[in-house]
Amino acid sequence: MEYKAPLETYSGKVGEVVIGKGEKAIKIGGESVLPFHFFEGTIENRPRIALEVYDTEPEGWAEWVREPYKDVLSDPAGWAKKCLDFGADLVCLRLASTDPAGANAPADKAADMVKQVVSAIKAPVIVCGSGDEAKDVEVLTKVAEVCDGDKLLLGPVVKENYELISKAALDHGHCIIAQTPLDINLEKELNVKLLKSLPLDRIVIDPLSSALGYGMEYSFTIMERTKHIGVMFGDGTMQMPIIADLGGECWKTKQAKESQEQGLLWESVTALSLLLAGANILVLRHPESLKLMREVVDGRI
Amino acid sequence: MALKGTDIVKRLPEGGKKNCRECGFPTCFAFAMKLAGAGASLDKCPYLSPEVKAELEDALAPPIKLVSIGSGDNSLQIGNEEVVYRHEKTFVHQPGVALLISDKEAEAEVDEKIKKIKDLQFPWVGLTLRADLLALQFESGDKAKFEALVKKVCDSTDFSIVLMSEDVDALLSARSICGDRKPLLYPVTKDNIDKVISGIKDSPTPVAVRGNSVEELIPLTVKLKDAGIEEVVLDPGSKNMQEAIRDQTLIRRASLKQNFRPLGYPTIGFPCFLAKDEIREILFAAMFVIKYPGIIVLSDIDESSLLPLLVHRLNIYTDPRIPMSVEEKVYEIGEPNEDSPVLVTSNWALTYFIVASEIEGSKVPTWLCVKEAEGLGVLTAWAAGKFSGDSVGPFIKKSGVEGKVKHRKLVIPGKVARIRGELEEALPDWEIIVGPREASEIPAYLPGLVKKWKN
Repeated sequence: MEYKAPLETYSGKVGEVVIGKGEKAIKIGGESVLPFHFFEGTIENRPRIALEVYDTEPEGWAEWVREPYKDVLSDPAGWAKKCLDFGADLVCLRLASTDPAGANAPADKAADMVKQVVSAIKAPVIVCGSGDEAKDVEVLTKVAEVCDGDKLLLGPVVKENYELISKAALDHGHCIIAQTPLDINLEKELNVKLLKSLPLDRIVIDPLSSALGYGMEYSFTIMERTKHIGVMFGDGTMQMPIIADLGGECWKTKQAKESQEQGLLWESVTALSLLLAGANILVLRHPESLKLMREVVDGRI
Repeated sequence: MALKGTDIVKRLPEGGKKNCRECGFPTCFAFAMKLAGAGASLDKCPYLSPEVKAELEDALAPPIKLVSIGSGDNSLQIGNEEVVYRHEKTFVHQPGVALLISDKEAEAEVDEKIKKIKDLQFPWVGLTLRADLLALQFESGDKAKFEALVKKVCDSTDFSIVLMSEDVDALLSARSICGDRKPLLYPVTKDNIDKVISGIKDSPTPVAVRGNSVEELIPLTVKLKDAGIEEVVLDPGSKNMQEAIRDQTLIRRASLKQNFRPLGYPTIGFPCFLAKDEIREILFAAMFVIKYPGIIVLSDIDESSLLPLLVHRLNIYTDPRIPMSVEEKVYEIGEPNEDSPVLVTSNWALTYFIVASEIEGSKVPTWLCVKEAEGLGVLTAWAAGKFSGDSVGPFIKKSGVEGKVKHRKLVIPGKVARIRGELEEALPDWEIIVGPREASEIPAYLPGLVKKWKN
């Protein structure tokens, strides 16, 4: 019996999405093989790694996650610069202050702050609302307007609020994050709806990232299946790049708060799993996890 | 590419037309279909010639050989996997995590490692997570020293064993010390294979072959099979993470998609040799859990590195076809007392984990009542009629929570605010409070609630 290496050919290709304008622009997606299958084709755009920035000083963080950012926790622009010093490709700015259940900051104030951060750094910015479906419409459409042309990645956009936010994104030249709750059918449904008004190269999907031990296998398998459907079976409604926003999920677990080493592994093992499943952008919290994942995506490990 | 029933039937007596029924099936065809689905044994047919029987046996064997290492309760089964990706069905045999001990290590270090592998056990959702094997490596050059290590491990533990030595004589003499444990011998290479075969063919134990590539393994496994050594493990000698992903993927595909027998064995991965430090070892190991080896060898373990790896292994080997659920009961989060809040949610494991972890984060000790809802999330369970006021009410009554608290205040998930009316009817003594819609709001919500009650 003769051995012939079982290589596969793929019919689909993940869409390429550009975030950031001019020199700041980075490309994600674009691959036409499964994740890390360098032996079956080229993967032009390696997965990109973002670190989180909060617009208000976060509470309840373990000391080993606060420590690296301790002098910039109440200075979003400084914090964003620090993320780049740590080697992040881009930053994920969370507008926690806009949460109606918290400070309920007005949309225009938040939008001005986003503009400041965008102007302060030489890297693209992901902007996340508080997750309140109604308030996010106000906040994210305002951000889209104030940062016209900056090619931000705005989210989360959900089935309850996608129409107005995706219109604002289209009008002002931004991309959006389509978020669905750990369900591949809902994911496809939202993609189909979005594709009626937005081109594929403006959409990144977020099937939700659960932490190790708290449902990570669901996120893993949904991401892996999404890649299979898009790349192996060529389904055009499932060919958007994937964002794995996992740092916050990992660091709020009891295990991550117990020790620094355990926390780093909790975040890194989750991140590595989701990379293997096919994530194109990772959002992490600890700079040390970023360093480790950089070695993984650069093939230096 | 397993053999089909229609192919098997042609090989049965009289071309599958004998239909004698002695196998217990009404026709040869029915028997053939059962054989194809692994639901019957070839022995049931008394008329098969030995040649045909051997041929069919070979063709019907699982595409990845089941290999068993060790004996008794601690033996480890690996292989027999049926899919490349867990969502195609499920992964079956969790990889064994092995701790490496070299005979060059000082006595105290050896004792410490033996103690660690025994002591490091973690309770996790009703299970106990632990490492599985000890890998003993000959490095000292002094055979007596290696033998003493093997003996010590056998006397003081009942873990299954991997014996590792480039020197075949040392490997074989160590095997004779612990042969009853059915150890795995590593490595068999193109240079030592004849010597290994002649040393073990009378009473085979499992062996692991090492090559510098996937291709190099093939003549070795063929030779072993010809010598009657069937329990084989593969090490394709990958040098880094990307090579390992490639080699493991090719081996898995060759066995499952091409039914290529010479690669139809489980594999072994060595984070201990691939990674430069402990944290990177765990990353390699985590990759290997997803990308296939049946045994993963680590140079050291400690509490904070082993737990994430074992939880990861559990996650990846969970059967994706079964909704994960937790037992219906009242869970104590923190140390709740008779004044602590009472919350209710559904029994999807993910719901439970998230709610429990948010309650922990709130630092408010709480009684969490988890209602059986076929492993569905709260909103889906409500839509399916498993989380209505009419069913949550009786559950609260029989849960026993009324004996645990003085008050009668029940917090329900905000997503099912609409069951409040029904619940008030079903639980007339209770005040029904609509809680947050998202678990993530619990840490902000609970302290405020408790404060309000105090005033």
